[in-house]
Amino acid sequence: MSGVEGYMYPNEITLYWSVLIVLYPFITGLVAGAFILASLERVFRVEAVAPTYRLALLTALAFLLVAPLPLVLHLGHPFRSPEMYFTPHSTSAMAMFGYVYLWYLMAVLVLEIWLDYRREIVLLSQSSKGLLRLVYRVMTLGSSNISERSLAIDDRVGWIVTLVGIPSAFLLHGYVGFIFGSIKANPWWSSPLMPVVFIFSAMVSGIAGVMLLYMALTRLRKQTIDMHCVDTIAMYMFYIFIIDFSLEMLDLIHRIYEADESFRSLDFMVHTKLYFSQIVVQILLGTVTPLILLFLTQVVKFPEMVRKRIYVLSGCLALIGIFAMRWNVVIGGQLFSKSFLGYTTYKMSLVTREGLLVAIALTLLPLFFLWVLVKLLPPWPEKSAQAPAAAD
Amino acid sequence: MSTFKDAGHLFRFAGLFVLAFLVFLVVRHYVVPKSFGQYGHYRGASMGEIAARPVKFAGHASCEACHTDVVDKKKNGKHAQVNCEACHGALAKHADDPSTVKPTLPDTAVLCARCHTASAAKPKGFPQVVPAEHSNGLPCETCHQPHNPGMDAPKTDAGGAK
Amino acid sequence: MKISRRQMLILLPAAAVAWESVLAGTPEESPNYKMSEHWWGMLIDVSKCIGCGNCVRACQTENDVPDGYFRTWVERYHVSDENMTRPEVISPDGGKEGFPVAKGDEGKYFFVPKMCNHCVDSPCTQVCPVGATFIGPDGVVLVDQKYCLGCAYCVQACPYGCRYIHPQKEVADKCTLCYHRITKGLTTACCEACPTGARQLADLKDPKDPIHEFLRTHNVQVLKPQMATGAKAFYNDLDGSVR
Repeated sequence: MSGVEGYMYPNEITLYWSVLIVLYPFITGLVAGAFILASLERVFRVEAVAPTYRLALLTALAFLLVAPLPLVLHLGHPFRSPEMYFTPHSTSAMAMFGYVYLWYLMAVLVLEIWLDYRREIVLLSQSSKGLLRLVYRVMTLGSSNISERSLAIDDRVGWIVTLVGIPSAFLLHGYVGFIFGSIKANPWWSSPLMPVVFIFSAMVSGIAGVMLLYMALTRLRKQTIDMHCVDTIAMYMFYIFIIDFSLEMLDLIHRIYEADESFRSLDFMVHTKLYFSQIVVQILLGTVTPLILLFLTQVVKFPEMVRKRIYVLSGCLALIGIFAMRWNVVIGGQLFSKSFLGYTTYKMSLVTREGLLVAIALTLLPLFFLWVLVKLLPPWPEKSAQAPAAAD
Repeated sequence: MSTFKDAGHLFRFAGLFVLAFLVFLVVRHYVVPKSFGQYGHYRGASMGEIAARPVKFAGHASCEACHTDVVDKKKNGKHAQVNCEACHGALAKHADDPSTVKPTLPDTAVLCARCHTASAAKPKGFPQVVPAEHSNGLPCETCHQPHNPGMDAPKTDAGGAK
Repeated sequence: MKISRRQMLILLPAAAVAWESVLAGTPEESPNYKMSEHWWGMLIDVSKCIGCGNCVRACQTENDVPDGYFRTWVERYHVSDENMTRPEVISPDGGKEGFPVAKGDEGKYFFVPKMCNHCVDSPCTQVCPVGATFIGPDGVVLVDQKYCLGCAYCVQACPYGCRYIHPQKEVADKCTLCYHRITKGLTTACCEACPTGARQLADLKDPKDPIHEFLRTHNVQVLKPQMATGAKAFYNDLDGSVR
């Protein structure tokens, strides 16, 4: 019974949802947030962020491809996962994962990327050699029609797909919030605010992620960063972050005020076991600090170099803070006893199937996928396939 | 009809979906267990599988069918309502094959103490003693016959098959 | 369950036949058992529990429960005179080998056996993504271990902490109300082993079951009534401090 203080129901002493279950909402959050950034340009006509449009879509796809992996690695019987497609239980929020994921992957993200890149894909299928040529030819689905009319249709359909994609992105990540928020047995999770907080923090993380990737990749390519673009992204990040912070504060204040039977136990947990990850990392370092930094950039005219540094710092802190938020929700929700009389400890292993090394690998894997996608479908205008009147 | 010509690729994409959906339906037909949905959203056959698990405790009715002498001893004593296997452990194997499978006698030092060691947590009316003070280290069956443990009950042997 | 000698002579051969198929391991409905005639629950009398741990050990033997996990367990409460809302609770190895002696200097002590409550509106069956856990037509909440993914969502959703993931089988596991016994006219292993009658199987659909009279004449509660789970484990003499 090591690591237990007070009383835990005997079956509660082990944590069943590990760091992989922390990683999953973090990853789908990045997907949803990146997509929202892309939709800012496509649907809401924020021209300033256009340079990041394609990168945001590819980032979303790279992370979405990795998203099922932490779940599958966590399952006791991963080969039974198709049961979620064959006999989904309509009362279970988790059951919708299979279909929402498939919908979002194929009918939103892949479709939108395909429609936006189709011209380049067709041209590349004609100009490439060897295996790459085969890959591009498969991607054309056998159609080499890139007439103006077909591209116009693509544009129109793509707009509708993005429009549908916004609520789809909310569903993809919001249902995860509902998975936690609908559990009346767990007062740390049970809240109607949970899906909303998840969605807004996801948007912050996705936007921060794409912003950082854009800045890093542009530097690597030795190009100049479009500051108007980055300034605009940071502005949106700031305002969405304010909403996210307000929602989390609302939850906190409501809890403290109502002080129901779980309050004393949860309060003690936040002040002891979760002190570092919640107070220090999530709130102070991961939310308040970037908010203050971004606020300063909104009211003070800093030179470009300073703004870049502030954006990078804020973006990194925000990502860390939002990962910490997922940690505090998932792990925090299992550290206290449902008897409200005790606490246990999360012993994260290193090399097992659900250990730290696997978690790190799964965090880095999307970057590898992104690298492949960027090579296959370059998001940068000057590298797109050569054709008369090239850049779009 | 030029719209359709220029939207041909979209129809191909949609066609992939339709094809995948049809394949899914066919696979689903073969993969979903037949008894699924029989009583609700679950595999009806699982209830029979669970019900078919092996029984380890025979249940006092089985013991009493053969060990009638013990039943007679117990019925007027304080342990009348204590079932046989509460002390003797799981004996379905013995009930199934009495001549081959022999039960082992429980160790009274551990067994009796578990219930009867005095503790403030036990209900007040429940008979409990401090074992060290009560019997000076003598085993419980020196004075108490387990099937009828009262001090006024006859101290003949416990009964049951030998 | 009081059965006369005559009834035993009739039941024994039938039980023996059932036993044959049981030991052979073929899945089949037990003869003479109709699901629609039963609605199972449990009656737990806190005033009778002596914390001997017989039930925990019997359950482990009957159901091959892995060490460190519990389909049933016993808690010992110490409620001090000043503060009813902060009881001291212990459950050493689930109460399997009984409890240490309580000093009894102040406050009150009592034992509370815990188990799956076989809830009618169970939150655990609600959240299962594939239909691997369910409440059967006779009121027992079961896990289909051949279908379970091991996602542990049901474990998180149970307010009573009665579920766990089996360390070897990697599927959800919990009290089955000894379904394999009650469908053959036997009682559960924990009730069979309980020396004081603190635990008694109840068939709410059987008009002759003593539970009906008991519910009419005693003050009975369920655990965490505010969760509205429709729990069917009824506790007599349950103190307000019990969590």
